[in-house]
Amino acid sequence: MSTGNMNLTLKIWRQKNNKAKGNLVDYKVSEISPDMSFLEMFDVLNEDLISKGDEPIVFDHDCREGICGSCSMFINGRPHGPKEGITTCQLHMRSFKDGDTIVVEPWRAKAFPVIKDLTVDRTAFDRIIASGGFISVNTGNAQDANALPIPKVQADSAFEAAACIGCGACVATCKNASAMLFVSAKISQLAQLPQGQPERYRRVQSMVAQMDAEGFGNCTNTGACEAECPKGISLENIARMNRDFYSAKFVSEEDI
Amino acid sequence: MAEINANIPEGELTEKWTKLRSSMPLVNPANKRSIEIIVVGSGLAGASAAATLAEMGYKVKCFCFQDSPRRAHSIAAQGGINAAKNYQNDGDSTYRLFYDTIKGGDYRAREANVHRLAEVSANIIDQCVAQGVPLAREYGGLLDNRSFGGTQVQRTFYAAGQTGQQLLLGAYSALERQIGMGKVEMFTRHEMLEVVKVDGKARGIIARNLITGELERHSGHAVLLCSGGYGNVFYLSTNAMGSNVTAAWKAHKKGAFFGNPCYTQIHPTCIPVSGDHQSKLTLMSESLRNDGRIWVPKKKDDNRKATDIPEEERDYYLERRYPAFGNLVPRDVASRAAKERCDAGYGVGKSKLAVYLDFKANTERYGRIEANKHNIHNPDKETCMRLGRDVIKEKYGNLFDMYKQITGEDPYELPMRIYPAVHYTMGGLWVDYNLMTTVPGLYALGEANFSDHGANRLGASALMQGLADGYFVIPYTIGAYLSKELSTKPIPQDHPAFIEAEANAKGIIDKFFAIKGTKSVDYFHKKLGKIMWEKCGMARNVKGLTEAIAEIQQLRQDFWTDVRVPGVANEFNPELEKAGRVADFIELGELMCIDALNRNESCGGHFREEFQTEEGEALRDDENYAYVAAWEFKEGVKFELHKEELKFENIKVAQRSYK
Repeated sequence: MSTGNMNLTLKIWRQKNNKAKGNLVDYKVSEISPDMSFLEMFDVLNEDLISKGDEPIVFDHDCREGICGSCSMFINGRPHGPKEGITTCQLHMRSFKDGDTIVVEPWRAKAFPVIKDLTVDRTAFDRIIASGGFISVNTGNAQDANALPIPKVQADSAFEAAACIGCGACVATCKNASAMLFVSAKISQLAQLPQGQPERYRRVQSMVAQMDAEGFGNCTNTGACEAECPKGISLENIARMNRDFYSAKFVSEEDI
Repeated sequence: MAEINANIPEGELTEKWTKLRSSMPLVNPANKRSIEIIVVGSGLAGASAAATLAEMGYKVKCFCFQDSPRRAHSIAAQGGINAAKNYQNDGDSTYRLFYDTIKGGDYRAREANVHRLAEVSANIIDQCVAQGVPLAREYGGLLDNRSFGGTQVQRTFYAAGQTGQQLLLGAYSALERQIGMGKVEMFTRHEMLEVVKVDGKARGIIARNLITGELERHSGHAVLLCSGGYGNVFYLSTNAMGSNVTAAWKAHKKGAFFGNPCYTQIHPTCIPVSGDHQSKLTLMSESLRNDGRIWVPKKKDDNRKATDIPEEERDYYLERRYPAFGNLVPRDVASRAAKERCDAGYGVGKSKLAVYLDFKANTERYGRIEANKHNIHNPDKETCMRLGRDVIKEKYGNLFDMYKQITGEDPYELPMRIYPAVHYTMGGLWVDYNLMTTVPGLYALGEANFSDHGANRLGASALMQGLADGYFVIPYTIGAYLSKELSTKPIPQDHPAFIEAEANAKGIIDKFFAIKGTKSVDYFHKKLGKIMWEKCGMARNVKGLTEAIAEIQQLRQDFWTDVRVPGVANEFNPELEKAGRVADFIELGELMCIDALNRNESCGGHFREEFQTEEGEALRDDENYAYVAAWEFKEGVKFELHKEELKFENIKVAQRSYK
């Protein structure tokens, strides 16, 4: 099937379920084309495993164009692999050399327990959003969209924060497994928009509380999250979140 | 064959919706609290419906197969969302959006539905902005717009090339808010495997917990299917790997008619296939046609580098054939034109199955404007290109990056190579004006239904329809049904109908493991995709379709005797999930071919080679085929045709022209 000429050794994390003990297992793949995506290389491996009667490797993936945030492989010690600004599904085999050994592990964090092989449970992120990552406006009767002009610079900055895909690479790469980049991106998006002001301080307090309750670590400003974020979410968002978090303590109770 | 009733309200087109909404029976708040609604799918339609119904007070259970509702495939929509706001003062109106959509759909959509869509389109933008969706703005702080195919106004709102992401995250945050308040119970990594009918009405579903493999019974007073489209029947499409027809197909097998299954949208601008290993195709947004010009060399088999081919030796075939709309003709027209050039031997690239999408002219034009802004007079070409490049980057940066990542070529230097690919399915579960399928209490929203796009969807209309259905239509129309269900007690889950449906779902899973065949699920999926693309793709004819039906029947037989599903049922087993989805795709594929064979005309995305004008345009047969083909599933994978006649009372039906 494959048309290329790359031969690779893969060391892949296999774990039956969240109670079982996992380990790295060696696999060989051959005739890999440099035009294949990393996940297509996994497809080839899985086809091979199925044909041999073995169990294929389970990994999360869906859109395969870098926007759904499903894929989550820790490749050679880096989330989403060696290239900057992309997700695993956008990584192509031309980024590797014939004969390479590639180590693939799941995201590792207390708050992201392994479900099976390379798949982890990231529902903690949803619970953080449910705790306050929204503007409380019911459907219907919103005012005309242009009744509220928003300066372009502000709107663009909110958009940049909103570009987060919730993949969890920031948590996976952080030595503390901190979720601050993810949480601050949502807080920052809404805090920069006039629509987000009424709940601004309540939001930051409840989202941070939920983040802590989920077991994510603290931020020690190493900046690995920003460096590994496939969408280039900026550390500035964390500063903005911290500022709002402390400001909230000085805002009177009634305002929160 | 029987006529079916679409329940279109009486009265003037412009008043149907307003009148109906004001006279619709209501459910009082106390009663809403005891009514349960099941929502399958959490994309734009599902998330917006689940959130809105919960806000209104209903008890909602929402299901998605992804690990989070935020990952539904709506997230990948790039270009934008249409709304008749007329912010650009270019003559847009509700009527014009209605007209463009009917015409774009090649006169095969229901007038009343489309007009309602146009009416609520403006509310969608208001709602999303109120939620904090950061749509693109101009320096004055007001919302920006751009053009999309099939229109001559600028009515498309956008957020860079990530409009779907931003709109979905808006709906997702509204949904999560309701989840946080306990008003929506969310079931992620769950797949619907059966619709449960009690006394003829939809009363629940059987869902498989994808992690434990357990089959669960969930009951409700109504079931909403918001499960997206079925483009993955072609194996290669721009859909996500998990996008599937299973929920819709199971409903079809329980009595919901399937509308116009053969209407498939082939999107003209996608990155061409590069090899056998390909698992999916990537779209390059239609918004690129605002500034990209499409061309092929005038000479056959011209192997020169694109940049070495002089201007006079290029054929800008869309501008040549359709001077009025140029590069912004609707998708079906642009796709067919690309296929025509490639089939005639003018294609480019290694496979010769590609055309160029070139930004050079507009980069230079933007550069000249920028130079003027910077007080540089008579700028040289290099300065123009440099300044223009920044403008292009701001507009389409993420798309250009994506292209470079996949192809290894820099589109700022070389024109993109593109080719049509399966993108969207206009067909889907047949629904009436209230979005109810032919099964009482079972609704279909968004791409999962067939309703608003006719035979071809215009760009930036899918997001509009998904959110219209979820935010602004179903919350009203479902009241008419539920107001009669007030005395219905919670549905007991030990009812024989639940036991039977669960046994059926289990039976299919057991059968998969019992086969112990030799071929993987993907092997069959790829085979199906090849048949569909070659014989039921961009061009169709009697011979090909007849062959395809026989080949698919054979494939179905082979699948059920030789598929290999590894692992066991009571664990996280993605191969098992795929097996179920491909089994349904195979049955659907056959129906699509049957529908395409039945429709002896060309319209929109359905192009039958026997029916074309001298210039190669789609030739409709309004006398015989101005109807919705609604297919009923019969025992033994047989299908019976029902018709809904389409009446055009407000628009003069004409041959579509974009010249």
